Amino acid sequence: MKPNFLNALTSRLGLSSRLLPALAALAGLCLLTPPVLADGGSAMPRQILPAYQQECAACHLAYPPGMLPTPSWNRIMGGLERHYGIDASLEETSLRQIGVWLQTHAGSYQRVGSEPPPQDRITRSAWFERKHRQLDPTVWKQAAVKSAANCMACHSGAEKGRFDDDELRFPAGLDARYRRYWNQD
Amino acid sequence: MTKSHPQVRSPALRVALLCLLAGTAAWPALAVDTSAAEQLARWNTAAGAAGNAERGRVFFANQQGNDLSCASCHQAPPTRDGKHASTGRRIAPLAPAFNPLTFTETAKVDKWFRRNCKDVLTRECTPAEKSDLMAYLVSLKP
Repeated sequence: MKPNFLNALTSRLGLSSRLLPALAALAGLCLLTPPVLADGGSAMPRQILPAYQQECAACHLAYPPGMLPTPSWNRIMGGLERHYGIDASLEETSLRQIGVWLQTHAGSYQRVGSEPPPQDRITRSAWFERKHRQLDPTVWKQAAVKSAANCMACHSGAEKGRFDDDELRFPAGLDARYRRYWNQD
Repeated sequence: MTKSHPQVRSPALRVALLCLLAGTAAWPALAVDTSAAEQLARWNTAAGAAGNAERGRVFFANQQGNDLSCASCHQAPPTRDGKHASTGRRIAPLAPAFNPLTFTETAKVDKWFRRNCKDVLTRECTPAEKSDLMAYLVSLKP
């Protein structure tokens, strides 16, 4: 026997009762699947543009393009001669190719939205600060971490776009007094 | 009207062709078109004199206007991995005898000389400076 409310629902929606288990399974699947990290938990697009890897990742982590909104990427690509204090200028072909790829994937990570963070820095985004709020802010300045932009210091899967808590590591050489932030499960 | 392009009927072939097209468009040109020795000769010619390895060594290691030196990222001597001064990213050894990939692409040589000289000196390096640097780098042997 089906409960009354289900009977009412199925008749109202014109659904056959045989469809119900399938629908329930589908609903369950939707709940289980994280909405954003659909690609095996990776924030990186399935195909990383080789030019992005070659040009940008020569100096820093290949940051997932979804972690900044389109206006931020456009500004960054328009000012590579003064890229956070470094000349990162590119020739026209790579500039265009990388720019298009960044635009395609911009803003797709979690709650990035369309509002550019201060200085177009991922690390100044509200969601980034929220996720790291429990850390002692002095940790960013430690030699073993270098800066908040050095994701790999703690996120061992960062190169592959994976930032799960499961893949956190305690940076080699970091003072033991920070250890407590890594042992909170 | 006849079509000017022959149609590709097989779906598999069509996919393969598309992949090939996308691949050639996406891959940056991997053009091995030069060597460290050639670059040394190139800048010697441009400078009108042979590079001096000792001058190159001093230039490489000394801090310039921006509190940076070449060695800030590349290590001195650049015969082992370096570390990007602001990001900490690993940088492969610059000396050609320790890294067969360095100075094998003219476009890359020009790109990095242009950017890095601007970062370290706030100007581009002169041909004489480049010939000294190349003489120094080529002189480093295991």
